[in-house]
Amino acid sequence: MSGFARRNAIWWAALVLVVLLPQVARSGASIAVLDQMCIMVIFSLSYNMMLGQGGMLSFGHAVYYGLGGYVAIHFMKMAGGGAFFLPLPLVPLIGGIAGLAFGLVFGSFSTNRAGTVFAMISLGIGELIAASSLIFVKFSGGEEGITADRTGLTSFFGIHFRGEVPVYYLIAGWMMLSAWLMYRFSRTPVGRMANAVRDNPERVEFVGYSQKQIRLITFMAAGFFAGIAGGLFALNYEIVTEEAVNLTTSGVVLLQAFIGGVGFFAGPVIGAVVYTLLQTLLSNYTEIWAFYVGLIFVATVMYAPTGLTGLIMMHLPIARAGRLRSLALPYLRIGLPALACALGVIGLLELLHFLSVRATGQAVKRLFWMKFDVDQPLPWIVFAALALGGFLVARRMAPRLAAAWAAANPHAQGARAR
Amino acid sequence: MTAAIELVDLRKSFGPTAVIRGVNLTVGEGERHAIIGPNGAGKSTLYNLITAKYAPSSGRIRLRGQDVTSRKPYEINRMGLARSFQVTNIFPRMSVFENVRCGTLWSMNYRYSFWHDVDHLEDANARSRQILQDIGLAARADVPAGVLSYAEQRALEIGITIAGGAEVILLDEPTAGMNRAETSQTVELVRRITEGRTLVMVEHDMSVVFGLADRISVLVYGEIIASGPPDEIRGNPAVREAYLGEESA
Repeated sequence: MSGFARRNAIWWAALVLVVLLPQVARSGASIAVLDQMCIMVIFSLSYNMMLGQGGMLSFGHAVYYGLGGYVAIHFMKMAGGGAFFLPLPLVPLIGGIAGLAFGLVFGSFSTNRAGTVFAMISLGIGELIAASSLIFVKFSGGEEGITADRTGLTSFFGIHFRGEVPVYYLIAGWMMLSAWLMYRFSRTPVGRMANAVRDNPERVEFVGYSQKQIRLITFMAAGFFAGIAGGLFALNYEIVTEEAVNLTTSGVVLLQAFIGGVGFFAGPVIGAVVYTLLQTLLSNYTEIWAFYVGLIFVATVMYAPTGLTGLIMMHLPIARAGRLRSLALPYLRIGLPALACALGVIGLLELLHFLSVRATGQAVKRLFWMKFDVDQPLPWIVFAALALGGFLVARRMAPRLAAAWAAANPHAQGARAR
Repeated sequence: MTAAIELVDLRKSFGPTAVIRGVNLTVGEGERHAIIGPNGAGKSTLYNLITAKYAPSSGRIRLRGQDVTSRKPYEINRMGLARSFQVTNIFPRMSVFENVRCGTLWSMNYRYSFWHDVDHLEDANARSRQILQDIGLAARADVPAGVLSYAEQRALEIGITIAGGAEVILLDEPTAGMNRAETSQTVELVRRITEGRTLVMVEHDMSVVFGLADRISVLVYGEIIASGPPDEIRGNPAVREAYLGEESA
């Protein structure tokens, strides 16, 4: 039962963290970041129900998020106008039901097969809905989107959700509930058969299950939770635009899941948190933050296909064996040149970006608390040398890390395999 | 005695090539029936027709009196027929225990439930543990199935096949690629788990077939040239020429 107790301990720790965070990060800006994180956590987890659990690679998951958001904001608007009674905390559920319904409609014909066919259909539906959101402007509000005022809704047992912190707790509460339900789902007969369909759809048919039914149920559940995330988006920002359903958003959720690691339940959580941090913090410092996120994504897929969670999990057996310290020096040896390489690449990219956006006559770029004259060759040479030199040294150090890794690992190669 | 499986003038062509050319076969309930034949005789195709992986070009297939021609695999499975695969066909990223449990869920009426916790399905878990005992994999229950040895994966394959409690079991070369010791273990296993059930197996290894089967059918070029008890088949000159002679050559 120790495994059971530990799993529950993680949930309690998450709950405490979620409750305490707004007390630590009190500024409005940080609470806004936390709100976004919570919404993205639900969205990413719902995406991974399909990809990680069910083996369905979707390029159009924003459809259920965005449509959930649209339906939710229309309900908010109507309820705010007094059309019917709708307590604010139930708005996300409206989004969820919308996501479920659209999941049924689009899933009914796209879940016959997994693999490339499924991926292509999801892309097609994504494009279709994104285009429709600019055509059916009565529903989507076109580029301006649909706005609503959450203060117009009925209070909930005397709670009015005015101010940032109550709204955060509402969002965080939905996040915890959704995450827990998605975790429970993964441990039901349907959730397990979704894994089986992912692993071997043909075999599933010979133990009595229709692979299509299993995929469809998984798909609808993923749509439901994506819709809840969309409903929370509507509730939080009081506006839903075409951006919520478009392919960029579908790409973002895929990115989050991969960066975090699709093979683990917690992977998308970590991915969503890291992505939101990168997006909100990095964008304070550089205009080309999305470029860096892209680089991180490519690096993850190439060098850490199990994602950040996979990297952490790889170190657990070593940490349990008390050998983590033996890796410190090899990591430092490879980390310093890798850092130099990263600095060089960032320098070059920022200088290049500056060249393309600078005003005429402007020649000085501020970077890393220093000033660089882009018309002089020296900054270019220094950054290029850092990038190249760092890369070469890091590559030379890689075998040593691999050796130290093998020596530290309690069960040699076994731990690397999932 | 009613027939467990009945094939009536079954035919299958791939384009212009006729692979199964009018097979009539009746397997009685509780019978252990082996289908043998030289390479390219159409054994695998016949097997895939019975298990609904392929649809026949013409003819009928009856399972315990009911016509199942062109039904979906999962429908036939729900009617009490389970199959194994020649190429090992398991769920590699799930644990050995979960592999077997996947085989039990439908037959224990959990179907598409998303409200039961799998850890608390006492009956399914108990049956899965029992099957792991039977197939000798109890000690490997928590290992990902993908890391099992070949023979272990073959045993697991059989475990998944019988997990649903099917009355009619089809095995596709259950001992393919095994050494002598593993083969005799597997024969023993198959004998045990098919006690009181109907077994249809496609098999290459003669010692397996003659030691296990009550009746044997010989398939040559898509037609059954002989069908009967092992001794009769062994003595049949046409069979010797078409198949056994080829083996000894």
